Amino acid sequence: MSLLALSGFSIGLQGRSVLRDVSFSIGPGEFVGLIGPNGAGKTSLMRAALGLIPSQGTSSLLQLSEAARARAVAWMPQAREIAWPVTVEMVVMLGRMPHMAGLTPSEADHEKVGEALQRMDLDGFRHRPATQLSGGEQARALIARALAQDTPLLMADEPIAGLDPAHQISTMQAFAAQTAEGKSALVSLHDLGLAARHCTRLIMLGDGRLVADGPPTEVLTPERLAHVFGITAWFRETEDGPVYQPLEVIR
Amino acid sequence: MTRSNTMTRVMLPLIAATLVLFCASMLIGPARMSLGDSLSALFAGGESPMALVMREIRLPRALLAVMIGASLGLAGAAMQGYLRNPLAEPGLIGVSGSAALGAVLAIQTGLAASFALGLPLAALAGALISVLLVMALAGPRGTSLTLILAGIAVSALAAALTSLVLNLSPNPFAASEIVFWMMGSLADRSMTHVWLALPLMVLGWALLAGLGRGLDALTLGEDAAQAMGIRLTRLRLMLVIGTACVVGAGTAVAGAIGFVGLVVPHILRPLVGARPSSLLWASALGGAVMLLLADIAVRLILPERDLKLGVLTAIVGAPLFLHLILKLRKERI
Amino acid sequence: MVACVALSFGGAALADAPSAAPQRVVSINLCTDQLAMMLAGEGQLLSVSRIAFDQQVSPMAEEARAYIRNFGQAEEVYMLRPDLVLAGTFTPSHTVRMLEGLGIPVVRFDITSSLDGVRDQIAKMGEVLHRQTAAAHLIADFDARRAALEEERGERPSAMLYYANGYTSGEQSLANDILELAGFSNAAVAAGYEWGMKMPLEVLALSEPDLVITTRPYPGGSRAEDVMQHPAVMALNGNSASTTVTDHDWVCGTPFVLRAAERLAEVRREMASAAQ
Repeated sequence: MSLLALSGFSIGLQGRSVLRDVSFSIGPGEFVGLIGPNGAGKTSLMRAALGLIPSQGTSSLLQLSEAARARAVAWMPQAREIAWPVTVEMVVMLGRMPHMAGLTPSEADHEKVGEALQRMDLDGFRHRPATQLSGGEQARALIARALAQDTPLLMADEPIAGLDPAHQISTMQAFAAQTAEGKSALVSLHDLGLAARHCTRLIMLGDGRLVADGPPTEVLTPERLAHVFGITAWFRETEDGPVYQPLEVIR
Repeated sequence: MTRSNTMTRVMLPLIAATLVLFCASMLIGPARMSLGDSLSALFAGGESPMALVMREIRLPRALLAVMIGASLGLAGAAMQGYLRNPLAEPGLIGVSGSAALGAVLAIQTGLAASFALGLPLAALAGALISVLLVMALAGPRGTSLTLILAGIAVSALAAALTSLVLNLSPNPFAASEIVFWMMGSLADRSMTHVWLALPLMVLGWALLAGLGRGLDALTLGEDAAQAMGIRLTRLRLMLVIGTACVVGAGTAVAGAIGFVGLVVPHILRPLVGARPSSLLWASALGGAVMLLLADIAVRLILPERDLKLGVLTAIVGAPLFLHLILKLRKERI
Repeated sequence: MVACVALSFGGAALADAPSAAPQRVVSINLCTDQLAMMLAGEGQLLSVSRIAFDQQVSPMAEEARAYIRNFGQAEEVYMLRPDLVLAGTFTPSHTVRMLEGLGIPVVRFDITSSLDGVRDQIAKMGEVLHRQTAAAHLIADFDARRAALEEERGERPSAMLYYANGYTSGEQSLANDILELAGFSNAAVAAGYEWGMKMPLEVLALSEPDLVITTRPYPGGSRAEDVMQHPAVMALNGNSASTTVTDHDWVCGTPFVLRAAERLAEVRREMASAAQ
């Protein structure tokens, strides 16, 4: 059973082709890192898969109704927008909306929100207005919101950008923990080290197409890094897990 | 803050205030009548002159204050929620002014006289055009600057055209009514006006009241809201038509009353935990309270003259508006 | 009265005015328009204001067509080369000053607020135009018709005048005299209104007059006039067969006010016979 299947998927924005002929599918229990240089089309790919921008080809998510899609996939956009000074708890509770008939949360909803807050280390912020938090804290609140949506698949656009190292790691662990429950995550990242260490699978975009798709060690070859990112890197499998360190720009 | 908590802390006092002020509005007027006489005249009815005063003069005035105040509060909260901008207000962005233009055109062309709902429908059309125009000009997430610029342009044009139509009228009284259409008044309105405004208002209330979930989700932006199952196109349509209905119907019978939709949500937002869905109903009640207060005040300050409601709402609202601009300037103008 | 007229003449004209009859008279006020048309000799009156052509407020709109229409602006009036300009108290004072500065004598007529004032206005116009005899005839006729109306005795039902914007006419007004002459008592006087004043709708409702007299609305429609159609006003007049409206005969202090009073007396007689 796949949670997201794209086939022959192409995106054009304002007459310019962004991505051509992308095909992959994500099954249960996967933590997929979406990598690629700036402008490779990571954000466009995820937004198009969700039906937020037009596309050609097929995405399994587009065959669902809006309501069903909201229960199949949670989406955390890159823009960390919180318009009103609502409490952190309410921000996270918004994630429960697809599961609620009206506006009143049930016991189960409160439970899921509590879990998500705890997972993102936000217990102490529960009743604080979200607009008064720091950028990183807001990002964690929004990740917690996406976790609370409790969907089989979670898609997040650069969720760890701007977080301190401890919270970057704990966030990646939170996504990884989801996979243990049979859920999956598709997360775009720029930190190749964290991607290699936590993701079960990487999808690399470059030159307007899908370049590579597989386990981190297979995807992050020196040739691809040189060709797609224009860098060299140091990579070792250590007893503390895989360690990956970008070194030089080569062009 | 839980929802029931909000209910008891905010809603109940607002409901109580609305009821008290409604009664006060029924008891204030140039005709000196005792409390007992007033009540018996209101409920017993009959042909007595007191019954006439209570039922045909004071009752429609108080009812319209509640209906129009609630409409403006609701529309303000809804527009702000959608645009995620606390400056979005039907009066400031020219929706009320355009509705007034529609109403004036309907009166002067004879459309208002030719069929019953001609007047409010023409005002609705005016409001609809301006909402669409402002939303197109300001973009999906109206930044304060584009929103206010678009609003200034639309208001100025609507005001100029309204003046033009009234000055061209063969009726010598029409020209002096520019101030009524710009500032609004509930003086000498009748039950006819209540029935004229009610159908469209009820439709608009129903549309706007259904926006709560969508506006809550929009707190996190359009992408996040859509991914949470909110159909934005449908939401936008409901917002535009709902706003045009309530503002159009209200303006058609009482002129353009500004700032209610700005002041009320601003004051109530902290009390409902800033949640857009709670703010909708709180602002509707708050708007009714504010307009009842303003309408009582105009009768107490200058009982013999028709002091316009917009004068009072602007005196309260304009400084608040400036304060909001200063606050927003620090953020994202 | 003569002194008063002389005082308002321009400085240079002061000595000459009484001696020679004016030959090129221009009137720029609705009420002086009518009095001048009634009293002026052949060819003496040159032009009347545009308002005199308006059926709604001018009972002499037909007669006005024989004259040049003016818009009451100093420049166009001056171009007519008048030797006398007739104006009202509310004619803009800058227009009057400019005409006087150009050496044209201007006579201003007051607002008339009583039937006796109408007699005075006719006499004054007679003097100004040097048509005293015609004025005397008009006054004699006026007095006779007025006396005939005053002779009628009977019930005096109450009537309230209710105009656009909720204005009414109190004791010190020509409209009040017309009501009284027609055999009504003015309900506004009973409610304590001395002048033309705004009256809240509630006061009208509580004073329960036997008749509410409104004005005929202008075309185009206005909120100011809508109040005359308010359900509370309609309810008060609900029992009377026809709604009565004031018209152009009520506007100025001229003999036309007697025609207004005669028609209103007819309404009163109908009300009395309907009540029996």
